[in-house]
Amino acid sequence: MNGFTTIIMQDIKLAIRTGGSTITLLTFYISIGVIMPIAIGPDKQLLAFLAPAIVWIAALLSTLLGLERLFVADHEDGTLLVLTHADISMPAIALAKLIAHWLITALPLILATPVLAVMLFMDWPTFVAIILALLLGSPALIALGGVGAAIAVTLKRGGVIAPILIMPLAVPILIFGISATSSLAGPGASNAALLFLSAFSLLSVAFAPFAIALALRTAAE
Amino acid sequence: MTQTAPTKQPNWFSRLAHPGVYLNWSAYLVVPLIIATIITFGIGLWFAFFNSPADYQMGETVRIMYIHVPNAWLSQMVYAVMAVSAIGSLVWRHPLADVSMKAAAPLGAAFTAIALFTGALWGRPTWGTFWEWDGRMTSTLILFLMYVGLVALWSTFNDQSKGARTIAVFTLVGAINIPIIKFSVDWWNTLHQPSIISTEGLSMPASIATPLLIMMLAFTLLFFTLHMVAMRSEILRRRANNLERRHIAQKMDVTS
Amino acid sequence: MIDLGPHILFILGSYIGAALVVMLLIFGVWAGSNKQKKRLADLEAQGIVRRSQSTES
Repeated sequence: MNGFTTIIMQDIKLAIRTGGSTITLLTFYISIGVIMPIAIGPDKQLLAFLAPAIVWIAALLSTLLGLERLFVADHEDGTLLVLTHADISMPAIALAKLIAHWLITALPLILATPVLAVMLFMDWPTFVAIILALLLGSPALIALGGVGAAIAVTLKRGGVIAPILIMPLAVPILIFGISATSSLAGPGASNAALLFLSAFSLLSVAFAPFAIALALRTAAE
Repeated sequence: MTQTAPTKQPNWFSRLAHPGVYLNWSAYLVVPLIIATIITFGIGLWFAFFNSPADYQMGETVRIMYIHVPNAWLSQMVYAVMAVSAIGSLVWRHPLADVSMKAAAPLGAAFTAIALFTGALWGRPTWGTFWEWDGRMTSTLILFLMYVGLVALWSTFNDQSKGARTIAVFTLVGAINIPIIKFSVDWWNTLHQPSIISTEGLSMPASIATPLLIMMLAFTLLFFTLHMVAMRSEILRRRANNLERRHIAQKMDVTS
Repeated sequence: MIDLGPHILFILGSYIGAALVVMLLIFGVWAGSNKQKKRLADLEAQGIVRRSQSTES
């Protein structure tokens, strides 16, 4: 087993042992699905119409919330400093941490989406489309959020600043994600949005590890 | 490789860009820049109010464009300045690049705010609404949020020179993202509303282009003047910080 | 002054608003510059100068 998979397994093991954070995140995700109908009113048609937007906003907020401490804990206990001297390159470490984080947070969120689908009266095609769109879009969310988390490491104070920085950058994900959902489910389906979403995900996953590595290296200096 | 060995004489650019040297030569430029800015604004405003006709489509509200367009242009140019500085900060670790990045952020935020504000005031008589989720306005708003985030990020760092590289990373990530955001917002816009209202395709006679170009020059000069002064005071601030730190260190040395 | 038509408030509003923001910006930059110059002058008055400027050997 090489260093890359070791880091992934380590993070997953740690997440399973401590448990709490994934459950908190899932609760937050589902809570948005509970709060929205209460705010909007129990109108079946309206909720079904708004469902893709609600699910995407819930996913965006939960990911940003969960990313807060992606690198902070490693920075505080010195793991980051140790990793900078490991014989595995920094971008590879960053990618491994992102993959682990996707498995710990994004995947459970996607698996919990059926609950939201039921509460928001989503029809079957929309549900399939949103799962597909979330699968393709969540890597970009995690990658961008990872950049924010890496920047947050160097900050002494100001916990909310990382989500504020990342939110504008996540606009394309939201746009392509939601229109992919509605265009796949609606009449005259077009794949354009889904293709853009995948392209954006690929781009962010390709670039983010280098940006994260740069930011983490300055933090370790 | 263009990297200069430490024994070699540094090239002319790195000599001019040394903070101390920059303070020396920029001192001669501040006053001429201020004068040039004031004169250009004088000419531009005279054209804007007294020597340009009302547009046949927009009417008198075309005069708002003389402020709106220069600031919309600056909102993007300032980010380009920051992105170039960010490269300078990351690749050459140049202190002047850090200073330039930091000085530009609040200026960019302010110019973008003016662009949004004047855009809203132009939109009310023209479109009948202060705000429209039009592609350009939406991406300018997102750009404004990015500027505000950067200003907030600068303010959270105690040790500015350490923060600079982190902020440079974020500035570049943003620079790569801006065209994508623009594209996605335009795409989203055409998806949700067939573009009834568009600023494109409006003809621009010379009588309107002249004040517009002069005002663009005036605002660009204003930016460079303010940027230079802000950079100078940031260098002085760091110098004062260092002196204070050294003074405290010396005091502790004496007493111990 | 030329006639600005029915939308005079919007036109003047955007010019005045822009002028206010620009003036605020100029004042902020100017005040920041003065503050740092004063700090350095104060330090110099206390005899704290940069090594390159110090005359005593």
